[in-house]
Amino acid sequence: MANTSKSKRLFTTAGIVFLALGIILYFAKAPLGLNRKIYDLPVFLIIIGVCFALKGFMAKEKTEEEAALSGKTFSEFLTNNAILLAMLVLVVVICILQPRFMQIRVALDILTQSSTKLIMALGICFTLLIAGTDLSAGRMVGLAAVVSASMMQTATYANRFFPELPQVQVWMPIIIAILACMVFGALNGFLVAKYDMHPFIATLAVQVIIYGACSLYFDMPPNNSQPIGGIRPDFAALGQMRLFNGLYKGFPGISILIPIALVICVIIWFILNKTVFGKNVYAIGGNREAAVVAGINVFRNIMGIFILASCLYGIAGVLEAARTAGATNNYGNGYELDAIAACVVGGVSLNGGIGKVGGIIMGVLIFTIIQYGLQFINVSPMWQQVIKGVIIAVAVAIDLTKYRRK
Amino acid sequence: MKNITKTFPGVKALDNVNLNVRKGTVHALMGENGAGKSTLMKCLFGIYEPDGGEIYLEGQKASIHSARQAMDKGIAMVHQELHPIRFRSVMENVYLGRFPGHLGVVDHKAMYEKTKALFNDLELDVDPLALAGEQSAAILQMMEIARAVDMKAKIIILDEPTSSLSDREVEHLFKIINRLRAQGVAFIYISHKMKEILEISDEITVMRDGTYVGTWPVTDEKGEKLTIDFIIKQMVGREMTNQFPPREGKPTDEVILKVEKVCSPLKKSFQNVSFELHRQEILGIGGLVGAQRTEFVEALFGLRGIASGDILLNGASYAAKSPGFAKSRGLALLTEERRATGIFGILPILENTVIANQRNYASFGILNDRKRAVDADEECKKLNVKTPSLNTLIQNLSGGNQQKVLIARWLLTNSDILILDEPTRGIDVGAKYEIYNIMLEQIAQGKSIIMISSEMPELMGMSDRIMVMCEGRVTGFLNKGEYSQEKIMALATQFADHTKPAA
Repeated sequence: MANTSKSKRLFTTAGIVFLALGIILYFAKAPLGLNRKIYDLPVFLIIIGVCFALKGFMAKEKTEEEAALSGKTFSEFLTNNAILLAMLVLVVVICILQPRFMQIRVALDILTQSSTKLIMALGICFTLLIAGTDLSAGRMVGLAAVVSASMMQTATYANRFFPELPQVQVWMPIIIAILACMVFGALNGFLVAKYDMHPFIATLAVQVIIYGACSLYFDMPPNNSQPIGGIRPDFAALGQMRLFNGLYKGFPGISILIPIALVICVIIWFILNKTVFGKNVYAIGGNREAAVVAGINVFRNIMGIFILASCLYGIAGVLEAARTAGATNNYGNGYELDAIAACVVGGVSLNGGIGKVGGIIMGVLIFTIIQYGLQFINVSPMWQQVIKGVIIAVAVAIDLTKYRRK
Repeated sequence: MKNITKTFPGVKALDNVNLNVRKGTVHALMGENGAGKSTLMKCLFGIYEPDGGEIYLEGQKASIHSARQAMDKGIAMVHQELHPIRFRSVMENVYLGRFPGHLGVVDHKAMYEKTKALFNDLELDVDPLALAGEQSAAILQMMEIARAVDMKAKIIILDEPTSSLSDREVEHLFKIINRLRAQGVAFIYISHKMKEILEISDEITVMRDGTYVGTWPVTDEKGEKLTIDFIIKQMVGREMTNQFPPREGKPTDEVILKVEKVCSPLKKSFQNVSFELHRQEILGIGGLVGAQRTEFVEALFGLRGIASGDILLNGASYAAKSPGFAKSRGLALLTEERRATGIFGILPILENTVIANQRNYASFGILNDRKRAVDADEECKKLNVKTPSLNTLIQNLSGGNQQKVLIARWLLTNSDILILDEPTRGIDVGAKYEIYNIMLEQIAQGKSIIMISSEMPELMGMSDRIMVMCEGRVTGFLNKGEYSQEKIMALATQFADHTKPAA
């Protein structure tokens, strides 16, 4: 018991320290003339403090046995959180080099940029959990973007995709776009479940089909492959609206994408942890043969996995179209690889059966923060690519040593 | 091996264990599951690193950090479950990792000749070019032994070598062991089968709960042999009076399952299987490896196709479409291959227990976590699963405890007919007894059991009736009271080329 109460106390104390420091700095920064030096650092400290305190407060009282089992040494703690710690170091370095990084505006920007990526990653994690993959994800984003944008143009726009189309309700094109993705998702699932095709090949084939189909649609007269523009403001609001805008002076508002992504996170967490379907996903990923013997309908579950995943890509695609107020058939190209990388960095095992929503959120955030941070201190895009690749390799290497027992 | 200690998170798997193996002997290593035999062998073979203790080879201290190093030092291991590279030839499997040749170019001809010579030596009639995936377990095992012989291994570890062999194959294996022993090779022989051990080994070391109990020569100075009872006593630390719990009550006359002339679509698989299963009956299915018993019960459970024949379940026609369907009709199947088709290794015990019964914990697909936990806990406690918590990963349990979790899984579905395929394979004596008790309890509750077993005593000790199969055909039934090993063997070896009529 001593062990648990110790960690509990540690978190609570750290939380209070951060909280106090934040509050002091908050009131002291103006008189001390630190406004231009630390920006919104106090607010961040307060938020971190509250999180730590909550964590300490909510920490479950574990039984002695479990506490002994999870009693981690310091070095184990380092390996388990290596990427997170590396990111913290990087953030601190960036903050020192460029104090402007310490602004709420920056944090919100990062969260906004993470939102659609996160939704995609949550979709792709289902296919990774059954030791599969989904290469068609990016093209599905493009498909959903083009389909939804094509029906959401203002009546007065010169280059309308469907000149005769009346001003339909916003939800209709969204549903149509997502349904279009789900059809292809069902095709993915059918190929994998019915013919036992490896998801890599099945989704590769479907990826090519989707791009072709999307390009054909995009090329229909009178559009003839012109970028779709003139998006209706009510649709664009879905990606551009900012909540609590001007809450206080200089507050940029919270992008609507953030709450949307949050809600989807909660839904996916619920599906994975609280439903029969979610448990079946882990079971099929853990040992497919045993799942068959246990009477799980593997065909139906694999279909479900790919359809649900494609639904999430569809949502991501619609939001992308709304956010950028436009679409072309090249939207989403290569997104799937970013999403897979984020999942893997977030601890999802490519061998199936292992992966948590929390980890995926971390994975996506780490990627966005690093990318944003490097841009912030003017690291060249070429170096950014190199760093990104190194992160993937190192993260997975560390993750795998965790599971390899000696 | 001296004072070996190995600790895993939460468990002390080995505590100052000693093992002395002399040259040119067969040394049996015995103990209940979870006694630490496999862990000890993994330490010797460099898969685990011991936390304490030393290993001496021919008087010299040896440090072994990998399987490769172990092999270089002349230690070879034949695992209980073999994983050959299925789509490559037998000879490539034999020479895997040390292909003969020059400068990275493989000399296939030399490899062929060498393999042929090795197989001749082991009296094995297998084409070195045949695919490994098409070979029987016995041949794969011989293949591994051939590999060890070729590496000039001084110590060969055999982990449950006979668990999937027929009696004839065991005989062959022993012949080879005897020959190699005469050549000075030492064997470490892990098995639960007492008779075999007394037959083949020179010395026995017994382990219990990760500790060293003692070492005894099989035949002492006075020429007296150790008794099975003595070994069991050392293993469990108590006297075992009965191998099987007493059976109370009798099967009823009610026919719950009627199988008539069921044939597999595959010619070489089961054909014309007919029998009746009564309520509260334990029907044993005996036969040699390759008798298609497993294939038949898998078909019954919807895992394989059935070409023709009728099955009546509770008087109604039953067509096994899928395991899910079989489950919904009250059938349960405990498969033979626990690791491959039973457990979800990376999932906790809780998930493993409730997986077949999820639907009953869900409304509109949403699970009731509390109910799941309560049920799993209750069932695992009832079956005496030894674990620190339900959140422990099942792969960290011993074989016997894994098996109990799998039984718990099927008891939760409340099935009427339990099909148990080798329910006690690779399980220690204590856990076996517990599983027998569970079976009788289920029978008392009005259920019926079909049990496949390759262990004669178990078959005879537990079954109310025995059906014997050979090469996919039912060769006869034996009623309680007329059992004998000879009768079962006679039926099990009634191959098609024999002209004798069915008994």
